[in-house]
Amino acid sequence: MTPETIDQIFVISKHWLLGYMPTALQPIGSAILSVVPVLVVFPLLFAITTVLERKGLGRIQNRYGPNRVGPYGFWQPIADGIKSLTKEDVVPRTADQVVHFLAPLLLVLAAFLGYAVLPIGKNMVITNLNAGVLFFFAVGSMVELAVFMAGWSSRSKYSLLGAMRAVAQMISYEVPLVLAAIVIIMASGSLSTVAIVNMQATYTGIWPHWFLFTPWGFAGFILFMIAATAESNRAPFDLPEGESEIIAGYYIEYSGFKFALFFLGEYLGMFATSGLAITLFLGGWAAPFSFLTWIPSYIWFFLKLLTLIAVFIWVRGTFPRLRMDQLMGLAWKFMLPMTLLNIFTAGIWHFIPEGILRWLVCSLLIVAPWILLSRGLKQRKKLQVRTYRFAE
Amino acid sequence: MLGAGILKGLAETARNFLGSYVDKDRLTTVQFPEERAPRIEASRNFPFLVYDGTAKQEGLRCVSCLICEKECPPKCIFIEKSTDKKPDATGKLQFYPATFNIDISVCMSCQICVEVCPFNAIKMDVDFELSTTDRFSDLLWNKERLAKSNEYYREIHPIEAAAVDAELAEARARVAGAKAVTTSPPAQPSSGSSVEK
Repeated sequence: MTPETIDQIFVISKHWLLGYMPTALQPIGSAILSVVPVLVVFPLLFAITTVLERKGLGRIQNRYGPNRVGPYGFWQPIADGIKSLTKEDVVPRTADQVVHFLAPLLLVLAAFLGYAVLPIGKNMVITNLNAGVLFFFAVGSMVELAVFMAGWSSRSKYSLLGAMRAVAQMISYEVPLVLAAIVIIMASGSLSTVAIVNMQATYTGIWPHWFLFTPWGFAGFILFMIAATAESNRAPFDLPEGESEIIAGYYIEYSGFKFALFFLGEYLGMFATSGLAITLFLGGWAAPFSFLTWIPSYIWFFLKLLTLIAVFIWVRGTFPRLRMDQLMGLAWKFMLPMTLLNIFTAGIWHFIPEGILRWLVCSLLIVAPWILLSRGLKQRKKLQVRTYRFAE
Repeated sequence: MLGAGILKGLAETARNFLGSYVDKDRLTTVQFPEERAPRIEASRNFPFLVYDGTAKQEGLRCVSCLICEKECPPKCIFIEKSTDKKPDATGKLQFYPATFNIDISVCMSCQICVEVCPFNAIKMDVDFELSTTDRFSDLLWNKERLAKSNEYYREIHPIEAAAVDAELAEARARVAGAKAVTTSPPAQPSSGSSVEK
């Protein structure tokens, strides 16, 4: 088998299977064969991630992490699953039963829909939409609806306020998230995720043409990842669930497996936005060097995904939770101006001919506002040394 | 500059992460049911009754003076006095507790019962695994369950126990000396001096 065959093995086997189907059933058969692997692989990845995350966070804090269930604690997700399945499903008596039931399902559904346009490998995308990136953000904003449904239908002030906080945060960060992605659409001239990856899957010598390796691409990637962290409610932006302050926020009235579904939705959203970040900035399924193209494309995709998840875990283990005003301040005073400037920079880049000059100009256009902005934001803060009388 | 502190923090956690695999000294976790942290002498959790010798009930130092019961802030001690008397640690005839119960679900580990006890009969234990399967009878400990030997006390609080032992030995010697001096009168039990009620 040639590397090309191994790369396309899933595509070939799908077509081989479809060959045995009557022609009338082929469209639906094709859809099922594309969707089911996504429905299997990503929840499985969720299960693996939960245990790896707990172990990683443990190591960051010089602990072992889970190590009781199975070898090195790797059966922990199974135990967690059994636990959440056997827990009593409590629904408040005055809750809107239907909406309360639908909210976690909608959340998971919204998280899954985004995968429709993610190219997991070469020729491995469920639908190649012309407006793929737009579709991704459109269905991504369904999460806000699900969150508000959960908070409102629980008929509890805590969950309602939690939902308001969560929605405020998600909408605030949706803006820089989309604006950070716009530079890629400008550069590639396409909204199709497949076309964006194809543009990046070419090489100069051994070096790939990832959008990350441009000043605006790098800044866009950093801004995108910050916004994605906030968008998927992960630390340090995990205010919606703030377990020490507001105790689980919008899903406070959920128990058992519905509660687990919220976590599943959160992680699936994280994987999806990470997948989009890979597609937009990190070359999707493309190998990082031209001599590594013999490794199958889907392996590259998942390696990049796991790396980004590791960074997410690393960030979570490092930073304390922000305060609500700090969170909003970062979104509107730092992220928004930077993303707008980044779009401007990407435009300038397009009009300056290739060479060292455009690197200099564009880098300056990003670094100078960044320094000025960070200094300006810092000056307004009155930093002082706090003395604690009782905690030494 | 914005971001410098972020990178510093990330470097610190990365050092922790990698270091925990290289350097086992970093991992301070005690794998609890199998491993135990060393017991700290100054720690305290829940009172127990000290007995001398081997007889668990007869050797109890408690003379049921009821001071601890009165002083207990959450009122978790219940004592019933005996009707007869028996010799205590120093050889004097004393009352003894017919029942001595402590409700451990109420006890707040304040150690006041220990401070007020004039007979060194009640002391603080360091045992912290008090979980039970029955929330009624298992949480009300009777004197059989509360009785623990002086050797155990010496083991958990060595410094404190040595002081108590010295004090008791002195008291015993004093009583023995008094007996040796006044041998002529028949052994009259010294009544009422130590037990008020």
